[in-house]
Amino acid sequence: MTIKKFVVGCFDDEDILFPAVRKVRKAGYKIHDVYTPFPLHGLDKELGMRDTSLHTVGFIYALTGLTTALGFISWILTMDWVQNYGGKPHFSLAAWIPIMFELTVLFSGVGMTLTFCYLCQLAPFVKKHHFHPGATDDQFVMVIECTSNTNVQEAENFLAAAGAKEVNVQMAETGWWLGRYDMDKKLFDQKTDMVTA
Amino acid sequence: MIKQQFEAPARYKKWTYGLLAVGLVAFLAGFFFLGLSKDEHDKTRFWAGLLQNSLYFLMICNACMFFICINILGHSSWQTTFRRIPEAIAAVVPVFAVVSLIVFIGIVAGHQHHIYHWLDKEAVASDKILSWKKGFLNPTFFFTWTVITLGVWILVGRKIKQLSLRADAGEITGEEARKYIWNNTVWAGIFIVFFALTTGSTIPWLWLMSIDAHWYSTMYSWYTFMSSFVGGLALIALFVIFLKNQGYLEHTTHEQLHDIGKYIFAFSIFWAYLWFSQFMLIWYANIPEETIYFKPRLQGVYKGIFWFNFIINFIAPILILMTRGSKRNYAIMTFMAIALVLGHWLDFYQMVMPGAVGDHFSLGWYEWGMLAFFSGLLMFFTGRALAKAPLVPVYHPYFKESLIHHT
Repeated sequence: MTIKKFVVGCFDDEDILFPAVRKVRKAGYKIHDVYTPFPLHGLDKELGMRDTSLHTVGFIYALTGLTTALGFISWILTMDWVQNYGGKPHFSLAAWIPIMFELTVLFSGVGMTLTFCYLCQLAPFVKKHHFHPGATDDQFVMVIECTSNTNVQEAENFLAAAGAKEVNVQMAETGWWLGRYDMDKKLFDQKTDMVTA
Repeated sequence: MIKQQFEAPARYKKWTYGLLAVGLVAFLAGFFFLGLSKDEHDKTRFWAGLLQNSLYFLMICNACMFFICINILGHSSWQTTFRRIPEAIAAVVPVFAVVSLIVFIGIVAGHQHHIYHWLDKEAVASDKILSWKKGFLNPTFFFTWTVITLGVWILVGRKIKQLSLRADAGEITGEEARKYIWNNTVWAGIFIVFFALTTGSTIPWLWLMSIDAHWYSTMYSWYTFMSSFVGGLALIALFVIFLKNQGYLEHTTHEQLHDIGKYIFAFSIFWAYLWFSQFMLIWYANIPEETIYFKPRLQGVYKGIFWFNFIINFIAPILILMTRGSKRNYAIMTFMAIALVLGHWLDFYQMVMPGAVGDHFSLGWYEWGMLAFFSGLLMFFTGRALAKAPLVPVYHPYFKESLIHHT
């Protein structure tokens, strides 16, 4: 939980945003994130983000579910509580496949959802700082993180020159906190404060 | 400028004529040594081989038209850059339709009751189950419905192809584009409904399930349909990759290939779902007249093919095509597409053979020769159809959307 300084630029056009991202990265600024109201194809590549590993995790959860089902059923029906179901062999793989399938899907589905929420820091009552309300409406909000040797004024000018319609500097909480936006007057007020560098 | 005119390269022609020559030799040898043989087993082997191949190739070609139609109905644009490839493969349907019809006439007129047991009038009269099915399983109904089916497939398929050719003539804009899409939608709808009534239900009962005349399964048609659909998708992938390698289809990229890969992946799993649903219900209920179908396949001579079929058509695609990278990789997709075309050919083999030749199981020169012959036919006529029309429908209203396709 640290409070850092950010330079925020709002763009209203995709065709301006993409070259701007390229320019900003080339100039050596550290882009914290770009917030958009809808997914922009190719923006992740432009930002240099690697592909998500969520599907690998999903595969591992699926295998876990499969082995759980197979292990548990076979233990029950061949060792713990052996019964005769219609003269079928005790180890009846064909009859278990629907259950193994269901547990595979359940584990990977629930596991991936929870992992996704963890990665994005999403949970009930968890709050994060909004750099600009337009990011949920009609603006693409690019946020540059200031390091110790960032010249803030220069960064602001750079963003404006790259086509940002609105530029400001904010001190913001990088992590999440528990609470409600309408109750957390102190935190929230502090965060939306405009700081002139 | 887009390379629009397909010219079959020398290597393609060499392979086509090579396969046709090998296949023709196998066919003639098969006709003289097996077809005219006094031995009933040999005769049955001859006709069953023809039946399996003609139906398999007919159905995978027709599946390509189905692929186009679902994409038209879904208003999807991603396949516009390469839709001439499934169209060209579907243009072979009339050829295989005629071949299949000849094979049917040969089987019915030649009274091949080892393949279609219901052709044997005496057996039907003394058999309760078969006499109940007499209204459905008789030569008159068989041929009436087969001819109607093939006719509608060919005619509606041709209509959809003609509509597609309109996109070469010039710009389609505004009201005309709206009408164009609407026309496409209507004809695709007609095709799909008829496809559901034929491939989706009655036709596999008639052509394939009636080989085991006493037995029935409600999953059978979907299972056959899915087998042919995956085969058709793999064929599309193969031709797309081949044309890409020859420098055609520059607007079809690994993004499109990725989506074809998704189709193959998803429907391989769906195929396995149907495979298992049919198997498990019969296994669980354990009723003798139903389990008899799996007796030769699970415990008889077809055991190896039966399990190999499951591995190559389900285990292999689910593991190999699972990652994003493999679906965008031309080498892996080529390998998987060839494996699946062969895999579903084997699937049709194990649908036809146990009920026809039974324990006199053979997968020898004649069967592989027939595969070569029909592959040669497919390559020859698809190559010709590809050369007839421009390879990319540049004036199609969805063409632009297809260019910027991104997955």
